[in-house]
Amino acid sequence: MNKYMERLYNGLIKENPTMVLMLGMCPTLAVSTAAINGVSMGLSTTAVLVFSNLIISVLRKRIPNEVRLPAYIVIVASLVTVTQLIIKAYLPTVDKALGQFIPLIVVNCIILGRAEAYANKHEPGLAMMDGVGMGLGFTIALTLAGSLREILGKGTLFGMQVLPESVSPAAIFSLPPGAYLVIALFIIIMNAIGIKTRQRQLVENDGCNGNCAACTMSCDERKEEAK
Amino acid sequence: MNNSLILIIVSGALINNVLLSRFWGVCSFLGVSKQMKASASLGVAVIFVMTIASAVASLLNDYVLKPFGLEFMQTIVFILVIAALVQIVEMFLKKTSPAIYKALGIYLPLITTNCAVLGIAQLNAMSGYNFIESVVSGFSSAVGYTLAIVLLAGIRTRIREEDLPAPLRGAPIVLISAALMSIAFIGFSKLSF
Repeated sequence: MNKYMERLYNGLIKENPTMVLMLGMCPTLAVSTAAINGVSMGLSTTAVLVFSNLIISVLRKRIPNEVRLPAYIVIVASLVTVTQLIIKAYLPTVDKALGQFIPLIVVNCIILGRAEAYANKHEPGLAMMDGVGMGLGFTIALTLAGSLREILGKGTLFGMQVLPESVSPAAIFSLPPGAYLVIALFIIIMNAIGIKTRQRQLVENDGCNGNCAACTMSCDERKEEAK
Repeated sequence: MNNSLILIIVSGALINNVLLSRFWGVCSFLGVSKQMKASASLGVAVIFVMTIASAVASLLNDYVLKPFGLEFMQTIVFILVIAALVQIVEMFLKKTSPAIYKALGIYLPLITTNCAVLGIAQLNAMSGYNFIESVVSGFSSAVGYTLAIVLLAGIRTRIREEDLPAPLRGAPIVLISAALMSIAFIGFSKLSF
């Protein structure tokens, strides 16, 4: 496997941002009401992530270390604005469904997390591939969560009826609590079949490894959680 | 106080609770709610920052962005304002009241990447709130955030004592508790004036 394909595999499976790293929970919970929303949000985020990784990687030797975070935020915010305007212009239905969540891509921990963890240390080609892998991994996770919520909550998938009409869907899955329940279900299944989230593996293997920046748990708390 | 302000308060704090219904700032909700004291401190820090951020964002939007037709710059301007604001608040507290700084210290920088603050600033601009309405909306949403995170922290102290099935331990049981809280908060949507 060459190193570009390795990046793709890494983002999709090995370090899937949502399922394994547990980053970017806010959009996962918020827009997973229907499968199509998951796809749209995932692809919008992928677009931003690929280009932010590319730009940050190209500029990695120019941006002074002390001001790198503000610089990254400006780059990401500009890209998000471009994405937002494109969606408004060409995809009004997506804009209607996701409207408020597009600007919040700026504060998605996956994007700043990849900039810090990968793009500012690697060449542009690899960084872009990393963005594609991570973005698609995020898209798949969002689509899965969205599909499950749509099937359970409305009995449909991508708008088509999949459950027989006689089965009345559990509306709770379309409402906010359903988001928490479905994600809990995913993690329970992963725990039960023994897939450890990467976050726990990291803490167990080598302490915190400096990877705490992206999330709000402090190192000590994470170590405690891993026990 | 007129009716629309009361509506903004109830809607911000209870009906459209940032954590339980809009899902803004969920990372900190799940991460920090481990300890009651930390949750309360973070809550206070969020109230502080979100109220000021709403005020500043509203002023900038009304007096700078709108007159020059630059509304499309909202995302960039707001995130920079929030980042700068958090820094200023941090420095200000460090100088003037070391006690508060010590209590809120580590939580202040985290608020920059808390999507609730950016989300509320955007929401205020989108809903066309004026200055007072924006401040009230920011404050009441932050109160709702604090309410939810403190409640969840309370539930988690209880859960810690329980003997749970292995796959449920850790994140899943917290998510399920949050789901149950969210169900309870749906009840508020039936409130009418």
